[in-house]
Amino acid sequence: MSRVRVLVGTRKGAFILESDGKREKWEVSGPLFTGWEVYHLKGSPVDPNRIYASQTSSWSGQVIQRSSDGGKTWETPGGGPTMSPQGFPVGESNKFVYDTSEETGKPLTTHQFYDGTQHPWEFKRVWHLEPSLTDPDTVYAGVEDAALFRSTDGAHSWQELPGLRGHGTGPKWQPGAGGMCLHTVILDPRDLGRIFIAISAAGAFRTDDGGKTWKPINKGLRSQFLPDQDADVGHCVHHVAMSPYRPGVLFMQKHWDVMRSDDAGDNWREVSGNLPTDFGFVIDVHAHEPETIYVVPIKSDAEHFVHEGKLRVYRSRTGGNEWEPLTKGLPQSNCYVNVLRDAIAVDSLDKCGVYFGTTGGQVYVSPDAGDSWAPIVHDLPAVLSVEVQTLS
Amino acid sequence: MIRLELPSHLRALAHIDSEVQLEIQGPATQRSVLDALEARYPALKGTIRDHVTKERRPFLRFFACEEDLSHEPPDAALPDAVASGKEPFLIIGAVAGG
Repeated sequence: MSRVRVLVGTRKGAFILESDGKREKWEVSGPLFTGWEVYHLKGSPVDPNRIYASQTSSWSGQVIQRSSDGGKTWETPGGGPTMSPQGFPVGESNKFVYDTSEETGKPLTTHQFYDGTQHPWEFKRVWHLEPSLTDPDTVYAGVEDAALFRSTDGAHSWQELPGLRGHGTGPKWQPGAGGMCLHTVILDPRDLGRIFIAISAAGAFRTDDGGKTWKPINKGLRSQFLPDQDADVGHCVHHVAMSPYRPGVLFMQKHWDVMRSDDAGDNWREVSGNLPTDFGFVIDVHAHEPETIYVVPIKSDAEHFVHEGKLRVYRSRTGGNEWEPLTKGLPQSNCYVNVLRDAIAVDSLDKCGVYFGTTGGQVYVSPDAGDSWAPIVHDLPAVLSVEVQTLS
Repeated sequence: MIRLELPSHLRALAHIDSEVQLEIQGPATQRSVLDALEARYPALKGTIRDHVTKERRPFLRFFACEEDLSHEPPDAALPDAVASGKEPFLIIGAVAGG
């Protein structure tokens, strides 16, 4: 029978939630990496037992953890054998260094700071890990300050793909409230050279040559906080989602506005339609119905909680514009949580399951594509990310 | 022999149960102590000092003998009591944000 494994990153550690395909009874393990922020965990689609985790701290920097047994045990994979003869973990906590070499890199230059002045690039943390579609030892890391790194040796070592940061528009990129983060990495299953990424606040970019060169794909986006509201770059994209069964059709939750592209990001159009507010962070696509999408509207950029005190997921079965609130099983009064950008996921069981986590520490599951919801856990630390693995 | 105490989250990362005791070749300085620590526990590289600049991470502090040594030069000699092992060298998470 199929099973699901939900990987939850929180402000104070990680948790793993497991169930059979009914998704009614859950086993909860954790916390892992206690006391650290775990921005993201994600399993390899090639080898589901291989899971990568971004463990980070303002005090102690970045650590990448790796599991090869489905999350039962973990190691810091940098540099050689896992354990010394004395039993100490041997390996660096993973070194993310921007590539400034003349041969392969780009000068660091500067980006725009909050106050409009120019500021040098400084590595802060890994926001998102995206394992390769074909090789369990290859994984991409989206980092703050915004850049894309890749490891081809199971996270032992990391190399920047400097063509993105060196695109030339960097001086116009600026940090959003969460920092200048590269938070979305989408690998195209039909064209392995094509990668989509998104940065807050620079916008979305695409490469068609495996990361050597990049182009901004922001035509159609408008942002009031920019002096040129439809500029090529500078937009605060919160998340982008794509169905693996229909590559090239992209859905975006921008700072404000829900957007859609039917041409791999070359052009965007707004599909906010009848949403009560089109501010938000998350967006995802049904596993089997590429026109069915999910968002969680948030009241505003100043009020980062759900609208009217009601936790409502909105579903569109028409690829946007026409939205229905999904409320069964979700609190409909006095609820003031947020759902952060990487905190929604879908499984690929026949009846698609949808999962999301809140800043109040709840993780909800809908085993029926959003029609009804139930909490898996109530009281975790604030949830930063949710991913799900469908296991046979 | 140098005695060194780490914050709990770094002890957990490096699988250290208690105080660390390090043998230092040459003068006992912040740099030589941290070099020895990272050589023995590579998982701590980058968590106390920046990988590249080797500067102390801003939210960590270095204390010993009831003094804040955080802003001492990395090659300055540590107090005799630390160098002799009488007093520990303390790496502390700054209270900011905790």
